[in-house]
Amino acid sequence: MTVRDPTPVPEHPSLEEVYEATPFSEAFWTYVNYIILNIFGWFRDFLRRTRIENRKGSAEYNPSGFVPLYQSYESFYTRNVYQRIADCFNRPIGGVPGGKLDLMERVTEDYNWSFNFTGNKITTINLGSYNYLGFANNNGPIADNVIESIKENGLATASSTQEFGNLKQHRKLESLVAQFLGTEDAIAFGMGFATNALNISSLCGKGCLILSDELNHTSLVLGARLSGAVIKVYKHNDMKHLERLLRDSIVSGQPRTHRPWQKILIIVEGVYSMEGSLCKLPELIELKKKYRAYLYLDEAHSIGAMGSRGRGVVDYWKCDVNDVDVLMGTFTKSFAAAGGYIAGKKELIDHIRINSHACAYAISMSPPVVEQIISVLNLLIDDDETREGRKRINQLAWNTRYFRQRLSKMGFIVYGHPHSPVVPALLYSPSKIAAFNREMLKRGVSVVTVGFPATPLVLGRVRFCLSASHTKEMLDDVLKYAEEVGDLLNMRQSKLNPKKPFHETELIAH
Amino acid sequence: MGSPANHDNVASLATDFYSLLESFKETPFYHLLFEIFLVLTVLWLILFRKPRRIEKKLTEKEKQELIDEWQPEPLVPPVDANHPALNVRVLDGIVGKTIEIDGKKSLNFATFNFLNFVGNPRITDKAIQAVQKYGVGSCGPRGFYGTIDIHLELEERLAHFFNCEEGIIYSYGFSTVASIIPAYSKRNDILFVDEGVHYAIQKGVEASRSTVKWFRHNDISDLERLLVEQDIHDKKNPKKARTLRRFLIIEGLYMNYGDLCPLPRMVELKYQYKYRIFMDESVSFGTIGQTGRGVTEYYNIDRRKIDLISSSLEYSVGSIGGFAVGSSFVVDHQRLSAQGYCFSASLPPLLAAAAIEALNIMEEEDTTLCDTLMEKSKRLHQKLLDIKGYLIVGEDISPLKHLRLTNSQNTVARLEEIVEFAQTRGITITVARYLNDEHRLPEPSIRLILNVEMTDEELEFLCTVLQEARVKVTV
Repeated sequence: MTVRDPTPVPEHPSLEEVYEATPFSEAFWTYVNYIILNIFGWFRDFLRRTRIENRKGSAEYNPSGFVPLYQSYESFYTRNVYQRIADCFNRPIGGVPGGKLDLMERVTEDYNWSFNFTGNKITTINLGSYNYLGFANNNGPIADNVIESIKENGLATASSTQEFGNLKQHRKLESLVAQFLGTEDAIAFGMGFATNALNISSLCGKGCLILSDELNHTSLVLGARLSGAVIKVYKHNDMKHLERLLRDSIVSGQPRTHRPWQKILIIVEGVYSMEGSLCKLPELIELKKKYRAYLYLDEAHSIGAMGSRGRGVVDYWKCDVNDVDVLMGTFTKSFAAAGGYIAGKKELIDHIRINSHACAYAISMSPPVVEQIISVLNLLIDDDETREGRKRINQLAWNTRYFRQRLSKMGFIVYGHPHSPVVPALLYSPSKIAAFNREMLKRGVSVVTVGFPATPLVLGRVRFCLSASHTKEMLDDVLKYAEEVGDLLNMRQSKLNPKKPFHETELIAH
Repeated sequence: MGSPANHDNVASLATDFYSLLESFKETPFYHLLFEIFLVLTVLWLILFRKPRRIEKKLTEKEKQELIDEWQPEPLVPPVDANHPALNVRVLDGIVGKTIEIDGKKSLNFATFNFLNFVGNPRITDKAIQAVQKYGVGSCGPRGFYGTIDIHLELEERLAHFFNCEEGIIYSYGFSTVASIIPAYSKRNDILFVDEGVHYAIQKGVEASRSTVKWFRHNDISDLERLLVEQDIHDKKNPKKARTLRRFLIIEGLYMNYGDLCPLPRMVELKYQYKYRIFMDESVSFGTIGQTGRGVTEYYNIDRRKIDLISSSLEYSVGSIGGFAVGSSFVVDHQRLSAQGYCFSASLPPLLAAAAIEALNIMEEEDTTLCDTLMEKSKRLHQKLLDIKGYLIVGEDISPLKHLRLTNSQNTVARLEEIVEFAQTRGITITVARYLNDEHRLPEPSIRLILNVEMTDEELEFLCTVLQEARVKVTV
């Protein structure tokens, strides 16, 4: 891992996020694409129903008379669109998901209905894994700590947190997280998804209002639903819409009874993983104070990856951490472990310890995973610029600026905030999603391409996840291949940044 | 007799009336229609229209006043500093057959370590090898480079162990069944759920938004009653009934009660009333049945008759995570629609490696782990029955038993005293912890869990301590 600049990159919060309008031709051809897929889909379904074509996939064991388990229209999209490009997803790997990846080569003889492994491994540059600070490693001092911890504390406690699942390590982790973020206390759970899904109901219940961003993650939506509160969705990052909703909701009260709301919770994410955008934290805090609402910030992708000290979006926007009521995050992305945490005031954490579903029933975190997080936190808490933690944060920040600027100067339509390590470049149509993925794999780069239903129908995209373990050479290679493939697929259509060839986009990144 | 003048008046009235009628005949038709319409409208306005209260819209000033007046509740209510969850014991070292609290060792009857795989040296070695090969985290969900070859191996091994077509693993035990149920059962589908199921299943049922029909715990006649009711309802509306899916959600061995479900009868009813069975075998995997293959092995039922078996890697196997096995037709659906699978990072590879090694140990030719566990559970059950003053809840072969005090003395406070006393004597047991919003809060009890490596002397010691505690507490 080479460091470009030994001095820290000056971090000025930037307010500009550019979302270029979809070119008309792209939208048109994407709809045509979907229409063709639909026509073929209906035709093939007809053939399958009349048994002219063999039904692939398995059949049910139960005798007839049972109501069918799946509605056939539910799986129309799966059978006819997703199945065609299924080789782009669920790719198995055979090693560490670090800067380079060992993909297990697989071939299909029946158009993606089943796969066989050839036994070969393909090494590719990994732009798909969430490894922002590059801590995914199978050797080194952190791995040694993890191995020690397995020997000392075993792999699991087989007991829940409220019973006998608390080891000294868990307490240490919680106090380190609180120290890292600058809050009074913190609590850690074994799964990031479950942290959201199971804890929002301890904060809100019937009679409360939840204002949730349009693009919030499924775990937040599920958690809000399970809580029983009334949910209102506001347009992504649209503070005016949020303010209108706040005013109207407080004035009109609960639906039907018009009683005043018990509390109002605004749920946002730090970095949105499909758009690459940042939440507008200063404005949110202003709104929250003006209307006496509470703020729940999900920093799954931003903790460790944003901010000059790696403390997330609160650090990036230079806000006061006490202004955010509930700070939540996961350990899967920047810490290369597994799990989630919630941090905030001591009363909040005590309340969660007593009332959380995960504390009462779920088994506590696995000790080696806890040790991994503790080791990474120790590195990150250290503010010394010459030490490992800071070096990685700076490297990631440099990589982000470099990659984003070159990519957009080359003419790709790139969404998101200029400092976010999640870089979506628009592809629009489903066939390009598959083509980009396969072409990049041929050239030795593994990327993540997503389409409907994770994104809006017309806005399929490739999402690059940058990492501190990428060197400048790796990024240059990726950019060169992206240029080739971009030309092949006619992707470089930005009007704001008319396309330039790769060698003309050399620049000093800042 | 009227006067000639009256007579004349009547006559003139009559002629007037007659000429009126004549004029009616001469007016255009539309004119008549219009008049009739106006008359009817006036009548309607008078008789039928209610006067509408005119609501004035709120002025900006009034809105601002409302906004200024509104005060939210505090984010969290004040907490009781003496709540047991805030004063938990902090342990050190391996939580195996013995645990160390405050420097003292005690026998562990509190954690779900049925087969004593926590701290097992073979499993530890395999986990260390996995760390040296894969690192710790998998850094992605299954769809985006988070599928590691060791996950695929574990899924195959689990499917092979249960003799099913396919297996699928999750990274968290609680989320497994809570994600599975909403993946199949949607709004309007019908779920028949036993009242004694554990909390994760209750959350899954809630998340599915389906119609739920609870039946009394392990009461087959109550279930039949509900099925018959549903049948009658269906016959009234057969077209709708053909689109409603039905599921029976049960556990193999109930965590909150320690008893087995009456599976044979439930399978019979399945073919009669056409519902699908989803069975959660978190506790019975590795503990019930000759080779630990669960309740289906114990009752000798063909596993293909159960549509989906979900279980956990956190209890007998001593790792983290959960899994489900069944036919490919059923299991494959979860890969795109189970939220806890698609939208969450995959299981760290070292934990998957540990689970594979645990399966290796369980599948060894000459292993008698599960048999021994059932034997010891029976012996412990006998011994516990000999102690006066306790009510033992659970099957005799179940390694998980609930202890309650008899009569009206069964309170959490007394049970906590028993636990305290046992701790001073070197036995660790725990009061079962529940949240208050369980569907049917079980009675307070001590959850006793048997570790297969416990010797007879240690079981004797446990019974002695329990007897002494009882005496001490109820004095």
